[in-house]
Amino acid sequence: MQFRSEKLDNGLEVIAEINPEAFSLSLGYFVKTGSRDETPEMAGVSHFLEHMMFKGTAKRTAVDVNRELDDLGSQSNAYTSEEQTVYYMSVLPENQHAALDLLSDMMRPALRDEDFQTERQVILEEIAMYDDQPPYGAMERAAEGYFGDHPLSRRVLGTKETVAQLDPDSMRTYHQARYAPNNLTLVAAGAVDFDQLLLSVDELTRQWKPSTAGRSLNQPVPRSEDIEMVHPPATQQYTLQYSPGPGYCDANRYVSRILASILGDDSGSRLFWELVDTGLAESAAIFTQEFEECGLLCAFLACAPEQHDENWAIIQKILTQGKQAPITDRELELAKNKICSGMILGSERPSNRLFSVGNAWTIRRKYETIQSASEHYRQVSIEAVQKEFESLVDRTKVIVSVGPQG
Amino acid sequence: MQQKVFEHRLPNGMVVLGEPMPWLESVAFSLLLPAGTHNEPSKRLGLAGVTLEMCQRGAGPYSSREIVEQLDFLGVERSSSVTTFHTSLSMAAMASVLEPTLEIAAAIFRQPHFPEDELEEARQSALLELASIDDDPAQKCFKELKKLRYGELFGRSSLGDENGLEETTLLDCKNFQRDHYHPDGAILSLAGNFNWEKFVATAEQLFGDWKGNALAKHPKVASIPGNSHLGHDSQQTHIALAYDAVSYDHPEYYQSRGLVGILSDGMSSRLFAEVREKRGLVYSVSASSHSLDDCGSVLCYAGTTAPRAQETLDVTVATIRSLNQGIEPDELKRLKSRVRTSLVMEQESSSSRSSQMAYDWAYLGRVPTRQELLKAIEALTCESLLEHYRKYPPRRWSLVTIGPEPLEFPDAVSQ
Repeated sequence: MQFRSEKLDNGLEVIAEINPEAFSLSLGYFVKTGSRDETPEMAGVSHFLEHMMFKGTAKRTAVDVNRELDDLGSQSNAYTSEEQTVYYMSVLPENQHAALDLLSDMMRPALRDEDFQTERQVILEEIAMYDDQPPYGAMERAAEGYFGDHPLSRRVLGTKETVAQLDPDSMRTYHQARYAPNNLTLVAAGAVDFDQLLLSVDELTRQWKPSTAGRSLNQPVPRSEDIEMVHPPATQQYTLQYSPGPGYCDANRYVSRILASILGDDSGSRLFWELVDTGLAESAAIFTQEFEECGLLCAFLACAPEQHDENWAIIQKILTQGKQAPITDRELELAKNKICSGMILGSERPSNRLFSVGNAWTIRRKYETIQSASEHYRQVSIEAVQKEFESLVDRTKVIVSVGPQG
Repeated sequence: MQQKVFEHRLPNGMVVLGEPMPWLESVAFSLLLPAGTHNEPSKRLGLAGVTLEMCQRGAGPYSSREIVEQLDFLGVERSSSVTTFHTSLSMAAMASVLEPTLEIAAAIFRQPHFPEDELEEARQSALLELASIDDDPAQKCFKELKKLRYGELFGRSSLGDENGLEETTLLDCKNFQRDHYHPDGAILSLAGNFNWEKFVATAEQLFGDWKGNALAKHPKVASIPGNSHLGHDSQQTHIALAYDAVSYDHPEYYQSRGLVGILSDGMSSRLFAEVREKRGLVYSVSASSHSLDDCGSVLCYAGTTAPRAQETLDVTVATIRSLNQGIEPDELKRLKSRVRTSLVMEQESSSSRSSQMAYDWAYLGRVPTRQELLKAIEALTCESLLEHYRKYPPRRWSLVTIGPEPLEFPDAVSQ
């Protein structure tokens, strides 16, 4: 395993974790843009743009793009989050150049008016699909409640209204600003020919012009709120809680992740034994979410409406009994084993390594092997986890509950 | 692409399979028993699932809690499931902990405690899981499609029904385990970094003295055409559609799978292009090959907002029928390229290999190699695919929709 990184003259960074033994390689453009970089009126533009990137370039029609992706036998996709938009493909080593050529060309899309109108319908279908699915908008509502006017409060998909109002010109302007080479990172993992990759990408992106794209980071001021939502067709009650936790750059995140696993992993955790194993709740979990400058500790419950209040009280008890029920050595050992083994099992595919390597570099400018990532977890002390646990008692929290009745 | 698959049959009928992938650090195994929902008494729907759950609540030297803790200690990722014909456990872990992991799996199937005080909890979990499907219309649509298409016996859901779950007793679970958890017809398939001789010795030690009845034959599965609509207060209408195709063990299976690939593999496939890309009707549309014993089907799904549901259904059916106009050489070329790549990438995952081997053995009684699959796919031609389509045109359609309004069924589907 070897790590390489280079910066091109236009500001584009190229990084790779090279494993000559791998059967495939994965390539991805990590764009530092997401819903937090949008204005409220343009909510959803990053995600809509992600769809439009597959709709053709100056050289390729939409049909050409899709056919070439399939011609390369690639497994490809893209996603948009609050903080980034990522386009990736996994291919056989002999297709490295062709894959890079296609992916790089896609970063300079045609954004044709006609495609824009058709794709808008697909986005509206996607919004309708999520509106129909549990927890019926509770996550979006919780983020709005918790983050207030902080940019992380914005919905990744936007709303029907904002998507209906977006126009191709403002999308073009947004693209020009956010998809500049200095705001992109080309990430590769697996059987990568790095020297060849550098030569090719230099040639393919030479015309790209840097911009002043940036991101303003500021600590949110978490708010407390209790929100009830009614979704009449629902049969279960779904409740979500957001409270502060360490961010992606905070050294304390390993402690918080271990604590979340002990308290609320989907198997073997305190919540599991109290609520899931006993058949009281269909699902109950405590988990972390991390952003660039801040993070969340989240709790989730899905159960029959009539059992909700009792179950939710159990979750609150589990979260706040740091003093009464301290973490045991055994719990800590099991959580560490589970997390570290999961990382190794997950890392066997280059496509999974792509995201670990890409995220660590684009957000923290760090490269970490699996071994060193495991070490961070192994070194967490019981005192640190216990301290974090006890500090949960009086955290600010937003709670959103959705069910058939108010 | 070189590949070696080991096979070993224990005297009690259990088959042990192994595919070495020494470049990995992991191992993964699937343990498949011939005990499925079709073995449930008709008044105990859901029993197979509750029995599997009860088996994991204490077995061999472990209590319920010790099973979970021990697997977490070993860093084992696991899942369990019940299908029409099988009950299975799948586990993946670091190569060094294979033996203790397999010991736990063997205990779960062979020496369950069936603790009386946990039945109620297992029942409540099952009832909650059954209830939660009402909030997942896409999944519910396929549950209903299975029921409609395969009838009372073979169309059962692993979730069971409320009555069956309420009535299940501990004795029912014990009897189900006694009567259907047998080595004859059982498959243990392992992939990853392991030593075959050592593994066979472990398997013999853990399963060699397991006795049981010979595998019983079941009636033939046949598809039942028809359609139904379930009213649901949602923005989207969910469409699940099925039609006859040859099954996995049929000599022409790869022709059929190739046609499904033309319809649904990749972003240039016909359904994605016609329904989503050209018309923007859906976010999600797909087709897949499915076999229930020797009854093969193609299953399709599309989800779209209600006012566009009729057009979506019509375009989906027309696109399926467009196969009759022939296959373009470019389409076939892309299909072959995708298969080649996925066969190579399959070597990166011990979990996907172990479950595929178990599936292959259950359906075919052997494990086709990558070289064999590649040869079968390379042999496909535009002519052979068209010929297959005309020989086995879509027929015996089943259609289930869930949404605010019922749809009109196109002529093809009403046949």
